[in-house]
This record gives sequence, C-alpha cells and structure tokens, in this order.
Amino acid sequence: MLKGSLGLIALSSLLLSGTAFAQEKIKVGVTATLEGTYTVLGEDGMRGHQTALNVLGKKIGDKELEFVVASTDATPDSAVRAVRKLIEQDKVQILLSPLSGDEGIAVKNFAKTHPELTFVNAASGAQETTYVDPAPNFFRYNMDGAQWQVGLGKYAYETKGYRKIATVGEDYSFIYTQVFGLVLEFCGAGGQVTNRQWVPLGTKDFASVIAALPDDVDAIYLGLGGADAVNFLNQYQQAGGKAHLMGGSIMIDQTILSSKGSAKNALIGTIAASGQADTWEDPGWQKFVKAYQDSFPESKRFPSPSLLATNYYGSTMALILALRQVNGDLSNNQAKLKDALAKIEIDAPNGKIKLDANRQAIGTNFVTEVVDDGKGALFSKVVKVIPNVNQTLGYDPAVFAKIGLPSRTVPECKKY
Amino acid sequence: MARFIERHPAWALIVIIAVAVLLWLVFAIWPPGLEAAIGRKRLFLNAVLNGITLGGLYFLVASGFTLIFGLMRNVNLAHGSLYLFGGYIGYAISTWTGSWILSFIVAFIAVALVGVILQLAVFRRMEGQDLRQTMVTIGLSIVFADLMLWVFGGDFYQVQTPSWLIGPVQLPLLTAIKSSGEPVYLQYPLVRLVIFAASVVIGIAMWLALNRTRIGMIVRAGVDDRDILAATGVRIQLVFVLVFALGAGLAGIAGVVGGTFQSLSPGEDTRFLLASLVVVIVGGMGSIPGAALGAVIIGLAEQLGSVYIPTYAIVVTFLIMVVVLALRPQGLLARR
Repeated sequence: MLKGSLGLIALSSLLLSGTAFAQEKIKVGVTATLEGTYTVLGEDGMRGHQTALNVLGKKIGDKELEFVVASTDATPDSAVRAVRKLIEQDKVQILLSPLSGDEGIAVKNFAKTHPELTFVNAASGAQETTYVDPAPNFFRYNMDGAQWQVGLGKYAYETKGYRKIATVGEDYSFIYTQVFGLVLEFCGAGGQVTNRQWVPLGTKDFASVIAALPDDVDAIYLGLGGADAVNFLNQYQQAGGKAHLMGGSIMIDQTILSSKGSAKNALIGTIAASGQADTWEDPGWQKFVKAYQDSFPESKRFPSPSLLATNYYGSTMALILALRQVNGDLSNNQAKLKDALAKIEIDAPNGKIKLDANRQAIGTNFVTEVVDDGKGALFSKVVKVIPNVNQTLGYDPAVFAKIGLPSRTVPECKKY
Repeated sequence: MARFIERHPAWALIVIIAVAVLLWLVFAIWPPGLEAAIGRKRLFLNAVLNGITLGGLYFLVASGFTLIFGLMRNVNLAHGSLYLFGGYIGYAISTWTGSWILSFIVAFIAVALVGVILQLAVFRRMEGQDLRQTMVTIGLSIVFADLMLWVFGGDFYQVQTPSWLIGPVQLPLLTAIKSSGEPVYLQYPLVRLVIFAASVVIGIAMWLALNRTRIGMIVRAGVDDRDILAATGVRIQLVFVLVFALGAGLAGIAGVVGGTFQSLSPGEDTRFLLASLVVVIVGGMGSIPGAALGAVIIGLAEQLGSVYIPTYAIVVTFLIMVVVLALRPQGLLARR
C-alpha cells in the first residue's frame, strides 16, 4: 500500500514537473580532458567549474542551467566529436569547451559551422585560436600560452642571470605558444635559446630526451604537462639530472606540484610564469582558494586550485554573469548573450579580465618561483605581477604580425 | 648458425658487418666528423641502452601475452588491463609496506589469481571459440578500465624507486676523451639496468622451464596439438590454468616495472596492449624468443627514433610492423 501510494506520488510529481511547474532550462555542454595524458588537468578543471556553480548558483532569472559533460583526450578530433555529440544528441545551446590547445583551434573552426550557438572557451591556450581568423561566436576568458609567459624571459635574464637556455616541450600548439612567448622576451633581452626539443604528447619514456639535453646551458625550460611532466621528472631524477629548470604554465602547476612521489622535488626553486600564483595574497584569489577547498574533501582535490580550475572557474563565471545580464534571453540566435559576453569585464580570482576585439582575454600574469611549504607540499610563490597583458604582448600589432605564428621554429631567437 | 651461413651467405655477411659496425659504434671513440654528422656518442649510447631496457619491459608484458596465445590460441585483449592492475597493486603495496621487492611478489600473485579466475570463469566456458573469446576480452578490458578508474581515479601513480636504485652509475663505456686526456665514461640510470637484468633472468628462466622441464614439455606439446595431449591423459585444463596464471602474473610484474620507471594512469592499459601486440606480431605469435627479439626491436626503434627523427618517432614502430607483415607475416621467429 505504502509502496503503491509512494509510486503514485512519484509518478504525479514527474507529470507535474513536465507540465505545470515546467521550468525552462538552459542547456550548456562542457568538455574536459577526462582521458589520456591530461586526465588530471581535466578533472581539476571540472572542480573549478563546480566551484563556480557552488559560488554563483545555477539560476538565471527564472531559468535554470543544466550542464552536460563530455570527455576528450586532448586531441582535436576527440574535442570536435565531443562538441558535435553535445550539440546534436544532447541539444545544448551553449558550449563551455575545450581544455587543451589543439582542441581549441579545432573547436573554434567548428564553432563557425554553428554561428547560432555560443562557445565559451574553457581553458585552451593556443595563440592561433583567437588570433587567426577568429570565430565571432567564440569567446576566450583566459590568456593564451604566450601571454602566460610574459615576464619570465626578463626575470630569467636579468635576475637569475641565465644567458643560454634550451627548451623541451610537447609537440603541439599550446606549448608552441608558450615557447613563443618565452623566446620573444628572453631573446629580446639578449639571451640565447640554443636548442628546442619537441616530444610527442603522451611520451612515456623520456630517457633519450633527457640524454639529449645539452649541458652547456644555464637552464632548461620544460613545457610539459600532466602525465608527461610527471614521467619526465621521475626519469630525470633517476638519471641524476641537476640543471637549473624553468617551467611553463602547466608544468609549474598543482597538477604536477602535488603529484605523488619525490621526483617533483627537482622543481624546488624553478622559475615559471602563469596566469596565476598559488600564494598570491589578493583577497579575491584567497576567497577563490577557500571556495575551492570547501567544495571538495581534501583527498579529492589539490591543496590549491590548478591553472585549469582557475580557467574553468573564470569561464563559467563569465558565462553565468553574462547570462544574468540578459536574463537568460537566447532569442535571435543568442545575439544579446553574445553582445554581453563580448563586453563583460569579470573580476576573476586571478585578476580583472576583459576581452579584446578578437574576443580574447586581456588579463594579469604572474612570474613565480616554486617553494616548499616546509611540510613537503610545493607551491608557486609570486615574484612579480604583471597586469594588462594583451595578446600581442605589448608589441605593435603590425610588428607582432611579422613574427609569424608559433611553431617548432618560430619565433627566431632575435630582437623584434 | 653454421647452417644459416651456408644457406644464406649474403644475409650472413650483412648481419656480420652490421654487428661489427654496431660494436665499433659502441666501443670506439667517435671521430669528430661522425659526431658532427649524427650527434654525440653519449646520445647514441643512451638511446641504444634505453631501447634495450625499454625492450626488457615490453618483453615482460609481451611474453605472457604470447605464452597464453601459443597454448590456448586465445588473443587476450584484456592483457593490458592485467598490466595496469598489477601496477596499481604494486603501488599500493610499496606505499603500504615500503618494500619494492615485496610489491613485485604481491603483484605477481594477485594478478595471477585474476588470471586463474578469468580462465576458470570465462575462457573455459567458450573453449575453441576464438572470436567469441576475443570479443569477451575486449569487453572485459573496458570493464576493468572503468573499474580501475573508479577505484584509483585519473591520477598518475609512481611506484617509489628504492633509494639504493636512484641515480646514475658509471658504465665502462667511453663516450669521449677530454682535451686534457681524461676519459669520459657513460652515466646511466641504475634502476633501468637492474630492471633489464631482471627481465633477462625471467626470460632465461622461462626458456629453461619450457625447454628443460616436464611441465614445459607438456606445455610445448599442448602448443603443437592440444587434443592429442589431452588424449594422452594430461590434465590439460590444469595446464591451461597454470599458463594463464603465469602469463597474467608476468603482466602484473611488468606493471610494477612500468610504474617504477614510467608512471601508471588510465590509458596505460591500451598502450601496453598495443605495444605487446606489435611486439608479438613482429616477433611471431606464440614464440618466447620471438617476443624477446620483437621487444628489443620495438624498444630500439622507439628510442633511436625519438632521438634521431623525433617528428616521425611514432611511425617507426608501425612501419616495422608493416614491413614484417608484408615480408614475413608469421613473424620473425615463428616456427611456421
């Protein structure tokens, strides 16, 4: 009897929710690299996304946001497949995607085939995505890889006194962009980049790469992320490596700094630059760190949010705030939303962010140094904060255009 | 050997010259011209040693795979899952007890038990139905992958190398002579050498067990003709279970090795399944020496490729597989 009446109540509530209390939903598709080399990055990105929902809520006026998550593996085709599935099967209206550089370029191109929808970049940072032939419905609230390296080259040259460096990086667009930013500034200051080594994404055995590292340089720059970075450090330790290191934005990041084992200790003292610094004292950042820590039990998160969590937080925040400005109005091919997104300025945890004409973020960058907190946990400590970093890195756009697009060999090591 | 030279004098000559060149490359001090053309000797020696030690790891995974195939004609596509599972077990044991050696023993036993359960509960029920078994193993590998993702998450795990194995050793191989006349010897990570030595020992032990013991004789007979062997009164099912357990256990050990000098994470299972497939296709399905040869070839190709043609390194392995399939489809050391 009880069972029967319970069933009846459940059934009627189901029917009611379908009719009388119909609350309009806004469907948003989210992608993250929950497979492959960048799994850990994707997971922490989703934590940042969740933190944003906890802080801001899912209500847009009388509508409610509904999120559908799809997994990718950092390859462009996996990202396009995931986005296509979200649009065609799940009928999402807005995309929060993708995480990784090559994915970003592919999704941006795909966005052009759906001009009626809105794409908010989640965390990807290849320069080409918004610099070359940008899609009018693709918005990026995080800086690109080159912007994230601003300050590092000068700091290495002037303060650390490095004159000759070599780089090792994963062979894809985001790391090209990072090395681009580093080389421009380091060589502009007078330094030399003698050797650029590229390894395929997902390399497991770095022994030969480590053997090929030149020993006549002052420091070695590592542009690796996720499992690749952990593998590299582990084998670097086994090979007894002792060079000074410099790190890219996903190398000196909680995804690596809180990995298990002792190999990460090679990073203590490493200088890096990124869109965030773990120990920044800004109240907005500290509030975000607290919200992140409170959202998840200690064993299910990092001690402090990674760059990916921060990016996902920022992009989710921008989307929700813009949706609230237009009261969830998605009529007329989401024209109002797109307009609001292009104009909005957000107070992201890692500084103020606004968009340029290509809908690319102008934001704050941080030069950092890795420190041990005394209890064995590693954090990136702020050395320098650089506000208002734009995509042309302060260069005149015409000069910047002449440098060429980031690739294995571009830019040349010279003063532009 | 002598017969091979008599039958293929041209090939024998090429092989002898290749070996001589290789020995010269390894032991001689390179003239400056050669260093200018193909890079420093240190790099070459490192790549060769890395290739051989990586081959050791591939051999551990692939030998179990090829053993199971040889006897039961069962292409166990869940072999990669066994590898990853062994790695996770090894990680858990080594962080819990702090003993690296113990983690190998426990991983071997635990994964061998999984192998026994698989054989008894799954494969025995569909004996002789190759296609069905293969499909079931694909399904199982997906289920295992999700279960492990559920338990261990997407994190990277690394089995902690014991402190006495961390760091490089000096090998008696000259890489260069400094201008002061002081010789420079090669530095190489100790842990890789130890792991390689262990895989050689395991390989020789397996060869001896297969060729010099009664059980080995039964297994070899089973490879040739299962039905006749069963008709002679051998308890063939017991042999199957034993072989499956051994093959699975080896994958488990390989997991700990892989977790020590690389890392463990979701996706590693398919990577090692693919690697062992390539290795046994090159070496010859069902042949232990074939697995050893295939493993060293693939390991060398990967490492030399990553040094000398980094952009196309990934392709080299598959090119080798294509060439072998085209010229000698049964594999280099297959008997038929």
